[in-house]
Amino acid sequence: MSAAQKSLALHLGLIGGLFALAFILPTYHHGNFARIMVLATYAIGYNVLFGYTGLLSLGHAMFFAAGMYGMGLAMQYGGVPALPALFLGIIAATILAAVVAVLALRTIGVAFMIVTLMFAQTGFLTILYFGEWTRGDEGFVLQQKVRQIAGLDLSDPMTRYLAAWVLFSVALLATARMMHVAFGGVLVAIRENEERTRMLGYNVFAHKFAAVVISGAIAGAAGAAYGLLFGYVGATFASVQYSIFPLLWVLLGGAGTTIGPFIGALFMFYLIDYSSGLTSAYMLIAGVALVLLTLFARAGIAGEIKRRWAPWLP
Amino acid sequence: MLKKITDRRTLLKGAAAGGLLAATPLASRFASAQSDAPIKIGFQQHSTGIGAAYGRWYGRTTEAAVKKINGEGGINGRPIEIVAEDDGTDPKRGAEVLEKFANQHSCDIAFGTLFSHVVYGSAPAAGELKLPYFVVSEGHHVASGALNRWTMQPGITDVKSQVAAMAPFVSKNLGKKVTMIFPDFAFGHDHRDFFTAAIEAQGGEVLEHIAIPPTETSFTKYFPKIPRQTEVIYHVMVGPGVLTFVKELGEFFGPSRPEIFGFIDSLEAVDMSSPGLEYLEGTYFWEGMPRYAQASQSAHEKAYRTAVGVDDNGASLSDSKDVSTYAHMFGCWETLHTIKAGMEYADYQGPQDRQKLIEAIESMSIMPESAAHPQGAKVFNGRTHQTFGHQYISKVENSKLVLAHATSIADTFYEDEVDYTKMSF
Repeated sequence: MSAAQKSLALHLGLIGGLFALAFILPTYHHGNFARIMVLATYAIGYNVLFGYTGLLSLGHAMFFAAGMYGMGLAMQYGGVPALPALFLGIIAATILAAVVAVLALRTIGVAFMIVTLMFAQTGFLTILYFGEWTRGDEGFVLQQKVRQIAGLDLSDPMTRYLAAWVLFSVALLATARMMHVAFGGVLVAIRENEERTRMLGYNVFAHKFAAVVISGAIAGAAGAAYGLLFGYVGATFASVQYSIFPLLWVLLGGAGTTIGPFIGALFMFYLIDYSSGLTSAYMLIAGVALVLLTLFARAGIAGEIKRRWAPWLP
Repeated sequence: MLKKITDRRTLLKGAAAGGLLAATPLASRFASAQSDAPIKIGFQQHSTGIGAAYGRWYGRTTEAAVKKINGEGGINGRPIEIVAEDDGTDPKRGAEVLEKFANQHSCDIAFGTLFSHVVYGSAPAAGELKLPYFVVSEGHHVASGALNRWTMQPGITDVKSQVAAMAPFVSKNLGKKVTMIFPDFAFGHDHRDFFTAAIEAQGGEVLEHIAIPPTETSFTKYFPKIPRQTEVIYHVMVGPGVLTFVKELGEFFGPSRPEIFGFIDSLEAVDMSSPGLEYLEGTYFWEGMPRYAQASQSAHEKAYRTAVGVDDNGASLSDSKDVSTYAHMFGCWETLHTIKAGMEYADYQGPQDRQKLIEAIESMSIMPESAAHPQGAKVFNGRTHQTFGHQYISKVENSKLVLAHATSIADTFYEDEVDYTKMSF
């Protein structure tokens, strides 16, 4: 079996497995997996920029929130139905990502991290500033009756699970495909050696710009879906911790691997879920787990598997 | 303008129903106690995050209330078991915690949330899980109609009624020209909107609204915006900046200050004799329940204070530096007692009776001052799922809060904004 075939089998296997789990999982875990798939989609978006292009953003919450608010405000004040609102959310995040890309890509390295962090903080404060419409820190609820697509009630656990599954599958397959074509190769080349890529004649800025926009759009899709599926839109999702989460998930799962973001989001979700049952210092447990991973599996879970046993892992 | 509820007759009818309700529990307890398995109440606790100080005291109050209720025979003869989960004061985790209560711990109901953003984030999950969700938040979210039929606030009054009830006292005793200083986020905006309307209804006016950005650490530059003719400063600065705020306010005004009125939310769990708070001497505060034991305190309040382990200064009996969130935490005690009354009235047997429980509590109205309601009598509005009650205004004297005025319950009424009873389950 060639690497490409193995890769395809892995992705289809994961997607098939998650589909099967929709009918097997106990109620509680069924609900959790729906959340995890949306959060993993967010991490997939983050991975495009961080894992493949080597640009560490500390401000992805602004894209997640742009998607969430783009969708939520359109539904709440414009009376837009759920599906078009979802796309409006993605468009909002895409436009924001393009604007941020033009400005932030003038910097590299630590400066890029700081600039994205500042932009995200500006985004967070902007949401609070327009509190009359955004309801700021409190946020607002999207009522069950409006959360429907083609007559399907997205608050129904099975429909919600399958909607999250479709979102995750599309994001996973799209990014896996992206990394299979020349465009993805150039992103990796930029990550490995930006100067050499430029010398080879590639337009580095255009590729980085595209990476930020794609990454932002996927993060925005996750944000819009999260708001729609779980019925709440709020500024908390634009706060700095929601910029740090995808970084943690990707680092844990394995930066620059297609399935790493899912593994990271899954691992972190259950780590917090179980450890919070043991102690109120559960973030300490999460922190220790992170330190251990950094010490003994620097490439993250999927990254370590790739290094040791499965070099074909995409 | 804020209007008071016009149909007082409904309330009187409610009083009769309330009496009926009070009479029923004992009968039903023995008639239908089929199981002695505990009633599991999921306690959504702010153990970590910005709400941790509140979460700690909400936890202690909950524990004390459960001890009392269980000691008196529990609910329908069944003991209460509290299943506490930390929500990190985060709306995303809040919703996950509700799912955990319903689907993993098999809780009968969920209860105990304080911070409004967590309530907003969690309420959709409560509606989808059809899990009765009793919040102790004082937010206007429930009564505004933004939530759903499964979410109720029967144990603590909401910010709109609290603020509206302050206006008569402020305009009569402190002054009619007010400058408001509040944090520039939703909680502050609620105060801005509700108080401005309420003081105008009293013939007063707000001269200036000074919104402080949430990231601000120094406030001096905002004080020159306070108009000279200001008679009263109304402040509600929540968060760690409050000590700096008070100190800088003192430096700005010196001895010749206008009257100052604030919400104790800023200073919950903060010792009134903390260095820097001296400037508050002689100023007034809203309190949900007087933190310092007053000469006039009722026997019910005294018993409650002892049960939750709080001394006469509002601090922990075991550590005088550990100041309670006394103005809010009674809400947990009263909510649990209302849940008990509701479950007994509905003859609650298990999750299949969750709807009956909601309907039972919707039918409640008058809740007299009692061991179950030590903060004072309440009037519950079943249509808006919100309770109404007395509000207290205290003056700082010798670094202690001394009760200056108690409002009537009628002072806190406003027109209904929703009728949840017309919504489907």
